[in-house]
Amino acid sequence: MELGGIVAYIVALAITAGIYAIFCLGLNIQWGYTGLFNIGIAGFFCIGAYASAMITTPKPTGIYAQYVHQLFGLNLPFVFGLLGAALICGIIAFLIGIPTLRLGEDYLAISTLGIAETFRLIFNNEKWLANGARGLMGIPQPLQGLVDPRHYNYIYLIIVVFIMIIVYLLIERAVRSPWGRVLRAIREDEVSAAMSGKDIFNFKMQSFVFGAMIMGLGGALYAHATRAISPEVFTPLYGTFIIWVMLMAGGSGNNKGAILGAYVIWGIWIGTKFMTDLLPFTLKARAPYIRFLLIGILLEVILLYRPQGLLGEEKKVSKLIE
Amino acid sequence: MTILKTEGITAGYTKVDILHEVNIRLKSGEIVSVIGPNGAGKSTLLKTIFGILKPREGNVTLKNEDITGLKPDRIARKGISYVPQVDNIFPSMTIQENLEMGAFIRNDDYSQRLDEIYDLFPILKERRKQKAGQLSGGQRQMVAMGRALMVDPRVLLLDEPSAGLSPILVSDIFEKIIEINETGVSIIIVEQNAREALKMANHGYVLAMGKNVLDDKGDALLTNEEVGRLYLGG
Amino acid sequence: MIELIVYGIVLGSIISLGAIGLTLIYGIVRFANFSHGDLMSAGAYVALFMVTGVLSWIGVPATTFGPLSFGWRMVIAFPVSMLAVAGVAILFDQILYRKLRQKGSGVVIFAMSSLGAAFILRMIILILWGADSLFYKPGLMRPALQLPMGIKIRPDQILILFVVFILIGLLHLFLQNTKMGKAMRATADNMELALVSGINTEKIIIWTWGIGGAMAAAGGILYGIDVQLHPYMGWNFLIPLFAATILGTIGNMYGALVGGLVIGVAQQVSTAFLMPTYKPAVAFIIMILILLFRPKGIFGENSK
Repeated sequence: MELGGIVAYIVALAITAGIYAIFCLGLNIQWGYTGLFNIGIAGFFCIGAYASAMITTPKPTGIYAQYVHQLFGLNLPFVFGLLGAALICGIIAFLIGIPTLRLGEDYLAISTLGIAETFRLIFNNEKWLANGARGLMGIPQPLQGLVDPRHYNYIYLIIVVFIMIIVYLLIERAVRSPWGRVLRAIREDEVSAAMSGKDIFNFKMQSFVFGAMIMGLGGALYAHATRAISPEVFTPLYGTFIIWVMLMAGGSGNNKGAILGAYVIWGIWIGTKFMTDLLPFTLKARAPYIRFLLIGILLEVILLYRPQGLLGEEKKVSKLIE
Repeated sequence: MTILKTEGITAGYTKVDILHEVNIRLKSGEIVSVIGPNGAGKSTLLKTIFGILKPREGNVTLKNEDITGLKPDRIARKGISYVPQVDNIFPSMTIQENLEMGAFIRNDDYSQRLDEIYDLFPILKERRKQKAGQLSGGQRQMVAMGRALMVDPRVLLLDEPSAGLSPILVSDIFEKIIEINETGVSIIIVEQNAREALKMANHGYVLAMGKNVLDDKGDALLTNEEVGRLYLGG
Repeated sequence: MIELIVYGIVLGSIISLGAIGLTLIYGIVRFANFSHGDLMSAGAYVALFMVTGVLSWIGVPATTFGPLSFGWRMVIAFPVSMLAVAGVAILFDQILYRKLRQKGSGVVIFAMSSLGAAFILRMIILILWGADSLFYKPGLMRPALQLPMGIKIRPDQILILFVVFILIGLLHLFLQNTKMGKAMRATADNMELALVSGINTEKIIIWTWGIGGAMAAAGGILYGIDVQLHPYMGWNFLIPLFAATILGTIGNMYGALVGGLVIGVAQQVSTAFLMPTYKPAVAFIIMILILLFRPKGIFGENSK
């Protein structure tokens, strides 16, 4: 494979890893800082992607409308897709949070799982919403015309990294504030935090919504990267589980860890592909399952032997303390 | 003859120690009362003896055997029984089943022992098919003690048996404790109700802030002025 | 509608088997076992391996019993699979959760670990059997019996109800009358007091995983007999299992039985107005409603 091809491959990897990094940052707010066990990430992934897709594509008309059904199509620019995705995810997180955030950790987890599954079922079955199982195609990419399509990915990589850095700075700012300290207190010992008079529910809700909005952003970026989405993309494996492994590997409670974890685990994931390419032909069909088995085992190893991940939790919490 | 003693026990649940070099001695057939203010570490002491908590320093000796740090199920098999202050019954199980659980480590026929316990606490016999969680405070305390007695222990550790009980029940319970002691069971009783605890004690220990403050014969402590002022409510 | 209710009871009884195991496990180890659904899958697939593999190699005949869709092979495979999955569940506990217990990990870490275990089990199944749907005995015609009152039920399904009834009955007798069973109930009631009473709580935990795993396997096999096997079958049961457990009050075995039946019937009846693929969503909505309005479940006053 020539150098150009290798570079292009790496760029594509970096884009995917960067998008996952954004998911990890979102999850880190919910879990790393507030202790919310959200195993329905795939739900926000799904909604963010679809929202951005439908905001940035036109509603099908004429003959086309017989084949592609969309609830709405606003044909707005990319930026609106991103913002819309974040906003819609935030609203949905708010609505979901009202009944579920008062529940214990286990119950919250089951609820988030159920919601993600329910959304996937709805998107899969209700054709009028977003074309059902066939999904949506032709999702536009920002700044498309600028370069040769072969080199477009460089631009998208820059966009993804740029957004990732902004999200990172935003979150860093937020967690170093008094707001962030309350979140940590809630995670450490909810009972004491409640007794010191803080309205736990509100803080949890803010964290949940904030995290969800960032996940929505990630979903939107994903949609525009792949240009076509369908419900089967947002599985518990690719849309939830792998993100958890990434965050635990990198270090929950640490934003740098979130980003690092995404890149490392995605790198391992791609690495396993090369390993399984060496497998005899008969096993090749099972390669993705072998690879995921390894990722699953990796998570268990992390939980048993290094639950703090590569970077561990951040020590400095406040700018004021030195 | 000493049946149980602790020497230099330093222990705590986290990095902070609650007990500091505590020494207690229980002579065979006697009742020892441990009194002191709230937070003095009295419950912690019992938990350390029973192996629920491992001491950082010091040892616990049963007869001549070092039992420091052994797990509760091993300590139970050595003839020590422990009645916690709260959560001391199996609420969804019947009285009879609670007592059966008390006999868990026994491999022999314990029906005679069961009858003895029912003789000691006749009310329990009447209600033996009732769920323990539905009982009143005093009855629960009886179930809790009955459970602990099913193994025929040599040593009984009681953590505030009078807690939450009305005065009549308190004297009932203390009468039972004396009755139990008269069958040959050596008892360490930790109590907030210092006066009653010292009345029946052969020997008493005063614990404050996790340390030994004072110890003497039970009646000597009862008439001790300082003890009277600080712990006996005048 | 009667048909739906009848089938709902059949499905519900299978859910009950899983929910009972889940609730027993929760009562003792105090965390939500996300691998429970995949333990059901594991049971189904181990039985498949026996029925189409081992037992055919050693020459056990493949004939079926009368109107039922299975024969001697399944009769042997069923308990063997239950035992095997009991072993798998215990293995996961000893390798993963026990170490986490020793470290004093939080509830969420346990749950996360069980989630990982779920994926590991599923990937193993996918590696060994691929992603297609499979059957214990492909190509069988299995007509339904016509019973009075317009009830239509297949012979297999009658047997499923019978098997579930027996298994639950045995479990009940075990918990009420044996020393180990009582010790399990005691540990679920008050673990520290059980320790104080000399009960070896680690042993109880092992028994609990064993029983939970065995019941899950049974449920998985029965589902495989009734419908089909596919690698996601257990995962798709997870939400109904949790719904049934929560509805019946966590830790309460009889509640799990009732909860399973309710969820099963509700799911089937919902197919009268919704597409069948929405069944998990129906279970989920019921669960959310319970959590909102009666979070302790229908038998609840035992707090966690």
